[in-house]
Amino acid sequence: MRGDQINLQDIVARSASPTPSPHVRSGNIQQVAKLIDVSVCIGCKACQVACSEWNDLRDEVGHCHGVYDNPIDLSAESFEVMRFSEYVNEEGDLEWLIRKDNCMHCAEPGCLKACPAPGAIVQYANGIVDFNSEHCIGCGYCRAGCPFDIPRYSEKDNKAYKCTLCSDRVYHGLEPACVKSCPTSAIMFGTKEAMLDYGAKRVASLQERGYENAGIYDPAGVGGTHVVYVLQHADKPEIYSGLPKDPQISPVVEAWKGITKPLMSAVLGLSVLTGFFHYMIKGPKEEPEDDPDPEKAAADRELDRREGDRP
Amino acid sequence: MTNHWVDIRNANVILSMGGNSAEAHPVGFRWVIHAKERSKAILISVDPRYNRTTAVSDIHAWLRTGTDIVWLGGLISYLIENELYNRDYVLAYTDAPLIVREGFDFEDGLFSGYNPDNRTYDRSTWNFELDENGFARTDPTLQHPRCVFQLLRQHYSRYTVEQVENITGMPRKKVLQIWDVIAQTAAPDKTMTILYALGWTQHTVGSQMIRAGAMVQLLLGNMGMPGGGVNALRGHSNIQGLTDIGLLSNLLPGYMNLPSANLQTYQDYMRTRIKQPLLEGEVSYWKFYERFFVSMMKEWYGDVATAENDWCYDWLPKLSAPLYDILYAINQMVRGEMTGAFCQGFNILAAFPNKAKVTEGLSKLKWLVVMDPLKVETGEFWQNHGEFHPVDPSQIATEVFRLPTTCFAEDDGSITNSSRWLQWHHKAAPPPGESRTDTEILAQVMLRIKRLYEEEGGAFPEPILNLAWNYTNPAYPSSEELAKEYNGRALVDLTDPQGNVIRRAGEQLDDFSQLREDGTTACGCWIYSGAFTEKGNMMDRRDNSDPYDVGMTLGWAWAWPMNRRLLYNRASARPDGTPWSQDKAFIWWNGSRWVGADVPDFAVTSPPSEGVGPFILTQTGRGQLFASEWLNEGPFPEHYEPMESPIDRNPLSPDNPLAFHNPIARVFDEDKDDFGSNKEFPYAATTYRLTEHFHFWTTHARLNAIAQPEKFIEISEQLAGELGIAVGERVRVRSKRGYMDAVAVVTKRMVPLEIDGRTVHQIGIPLHWGFKGVARKAHLTNTLTPFVGDGNTQTPEFKSFLVNLEKL
Repeated sequence: MRGDQINLQDIVARSASPTPSPHVRSGNIQQVAKLIDVSVCIGCKACQVACSEWNDLRDEVGHCHGVYDNPIDLSAESFEVMRFSEYVNEEGDLEWLIRKDNCMHCAEPGCLKACPAPGAIVQYANGIVDFNSEHCIGCGYCRAGCPFDIPRYSEKDNKAYKCTLCSDRVYHGLEPACVKSCPTSAIMFGTKEAMLDYGAKRVASLQERGYENAGIYDPAGVGGTHVVYVLQHADKPEIYSGLPKDPQISPVVEAWKGITKPLMSAVLGLSVLTGFFHYMIKGPKEEPEDDPDPEKAAADRELDRREGDRP
Repeated sequence: MTNHWVDIRNANVILSMGGNSAEAHPVGFRWVIHAKERSKAILISVDPRYNRTTAVSDIHAWLRTGTDIVWLGGLISYLIENELYNRDYVLAYTDAPLIVREGFDFEDGLFSGYNPDNRTYDRSTWNFELDENGFARTDPTLQHPRCVFQLLRQHYSRYTVEQVENITGMPRKKVLQIWDVIAQTAAPDKTMTILYALGWTQHTVGSQMIRAGAMVQLLLGNMGMPGGGVNALRGHSNIQGLTDIGLLSNLLPGYMNLPSANLQTYQDYMRTRIKQPLLEGEVSYWKFYERFFVSMMKEWYGDVATAENDWCYDWLPKLSAPLYDILYAINQMVRGEMTGAFCQGFNILAAFPNKAKVTEGLSKLKWLVVMDPLKVETGEFWQNHGEFHPVDPSQIATEVFRLPTTCFAEDDGSITNSSRWLQWHHKAAPPPGESRTDTEILAQVMLRIKRLYEEEGGAFPEPILNLAWNYTNPAYPSSEELAKEYNGRALVDLTDPQGNVIRRAGEQLDDFSQLREDGTTACGCWIYSGAFTEKGNMMDRRDNSDPYDVGMTLGWAWAWPMNRRLLYNRASARPDGTPWSQDKAFIWWNGSRWVGADVPDFAVTSPPSEGVGPFILTQTGRGQLFASEWLNEGPFPEHYEPMESPIDRNPLSPDNPLAFHNPIARVFDEDKDDFGSNKEFPYAATTYRLTEHFHFWTTHARLNAIAQPEKFIEISEQLAGELGIAVGERVRVRSKRGYMDAVAVVTKRMVPLEIDGRTVHQIGIPLHWGFKGVARKAHLTNTLTPFVGDGNTQTPEFKSFLVNLEKL
């Protein structure tokens, strides 16, 4: 398939970068998507383990928290987790909804918009949003900018991490590791068009089985995503362990980008310099909480507010 | 499996009961999802817990652990009374019309012939009435009061839907909803598959639960059909191979039996094993038992085995007890009558019930050899591991030898999967350290024992000294050499009745039809004959073409018997040889022979007009609704309460204490005081696996430990409320045999059930985690489980026992 070509010439967006992205190529690269069909997921966690294996990650051996979820949350060493929720439907029947939670690879990525480090977050022509960790300054704005609360900060190296949609595998024409490992084909990979097509068939099949509100989750608020879900109850995504009903990029992040846009070179130049000197003087371990930049302070407050909202 | 993994996709209804296929067999479960997508199949999940299979099911219902026979018996009655069975199939292909002899009876929960003193049955009345030629009498109208059909009907008339609700706890509306869906598969163009696993096996009435499932499938006409069958999802990658090759204590390879002590002569033994047809013209394939047996003995003893010495029959051990199963072995250890043990690929300390008793048994051994790739708990049973294994090493004299073995990818050979496929695999990596393959270790042991006999003599050396051991490297027989042995070879030039040579001396046999009882063939395991022929290693084939698009890949690996993928497949056609429906066309008569998608499980040139039955291994050629003497509790499955029951009576036989529990369950005198009562231990517990782990192995693997790090139990919100237990709190589970600590998973997926006038809470206990490995350390689950076994297989009752629960 055509969507498998990504390299530096195929970066279509780059965080905090004044220079335009390369666009000499003819644009034949197709957009990819991973489809997660929650209705046939058995929660076996093969994808979770395959993800750790491929990405060479070993999280801590944790504790049982009284639920099947483990690790209990995403971390810099767990790019995806399975979230189990018990839902009693209108008929009073129990449903065990098991959702694979990972980066949604938004078409309009909030993380990329919020990121102040030039080139630390990139978007490829095929739709994958990738963290270029060597440029990451560990500020955590990506998490604040993410409407799905995905990126996680590592205490080990003070950088943020998330699912790469196995951009390295995809570059070599392979499907992501989670897709490869799924025993029930609940996780599929292909062009976004093909996945939406396949998803539509799955939705029709679910509707035939009585799930009237079955549908595809491809939220418009972030321009659509390159990870889409088939949900039995698409009218209530929040029952799937808090999948946002109408995810939007935080207005603060948008406002910040809106103000900076006309002053792009000046402010971002300053931002780069600030980041550079900050890094050189203080080293990577400190949060830039004393940053005098008022826009950044606003983003910080937003980050705090969202943290507070979280259960 | 009567059918196979891929065939699940051909089903219209899938009944997952006595197993949690998504949990324990996630890879094979893809075929369930295929069935849902391809044929809009309905997945039914019936289980004490709402589990991972239930999560993707269309209909589900809770039932109390250990009551499956009530539910299935009720279903049998429902099908019969509402005439919802496949009558054509039942008449032609089952023993429903056969007449049972006078004297057979069932009263107050017991079949005729019970002796309460030794807790066994005299089974002689459990047989058919024979005519002067020795054939069973039949009544094709099914009206005779002693025909199997009427006895079946009468037996299960007690299993009313009210009684089903009362005993299983499943609301009657739900029961009838599910039965209605199942009954629709009596139609010739619809099939149901049953997927079960240890949720049926590990009960004192486990064998009978499975049989009840098989009877339902016979009534519905789902046996021998694509998308049908009774399918055991085997729990280990090669456990099918273990039973096939005869590693159970009472078996020989290919499901032949080790003789018991009362069969001292070869002639007596053969008389009990050769099964002649009970209906005229039927095949009754066990009538060829002698061919299989003699060929095996020729493989074992070569030229030494002759007709004159009865093929060395005298050298075979004769069983003094019915079985030398593990329960028996552990009991013998405790009694001091077994003083040494080899424990191969088996973590016995964790895997057998009542850990305290297993520890006591192992502690009384003089020596124990543990062959395992990992440092499993058994090898360290003598060490103190703190609260999780508080033994005193100074009180244990057992000498333990640990022989590190290889994992599957570090050796080549075949693995037999649930589908009966022998799949060859190739060595992928060298083994670490000093580990060696099991084959090499056993060969070395054999050669050393042989040398000791040669040098020092000893009692009864003949079976060892004469064992044929003709391997290129006697210290390390290759997997190919062993595979060729179980396939079998010609010892002389074999000729057909016309005198044409079909196999030269020394050549590999094509299949077991070439076996002879005169000692001119050798074959290690008759059902595996055909796996490694002159054409090569058939198990190594990897052609996945499926010409009929029914999931049949005859060129992929090799299935026993004869590369047949679907057992009894003659039954997929009507008696006249045409398919029951074009949708389910599988094997049919083309005017001169049987053809179709599979290797016919039938004589390929036997025309439908001869009327030979499709079940060629049974004496009647028919599916057995009436089990005759084959099972120990009786010819029809009857419900008995688990050895530890949360209620005080068997509601089906409330006034007969002998019929409360399985009257012939495997119970040793020593253990009678180790069963708890529901006064002291009010909750019904059941144990199971989780997807994240494989027994006690994967707690040694970091990634598995991350995915499920710590021991937990599952309880309902109601029970948690009663006991004041919150999600994630630590609790202690206690049985009559000990206690275990865990984290509480409080879930809507467990519910209290109303049983026989009281509320019964169930507790789910995963079997994983122990005191070794990289996951969080824990008490072994079998600290809790009772030392009691199934009446036929002696499989321990891990699925139903009583516990109490307290918050820590």
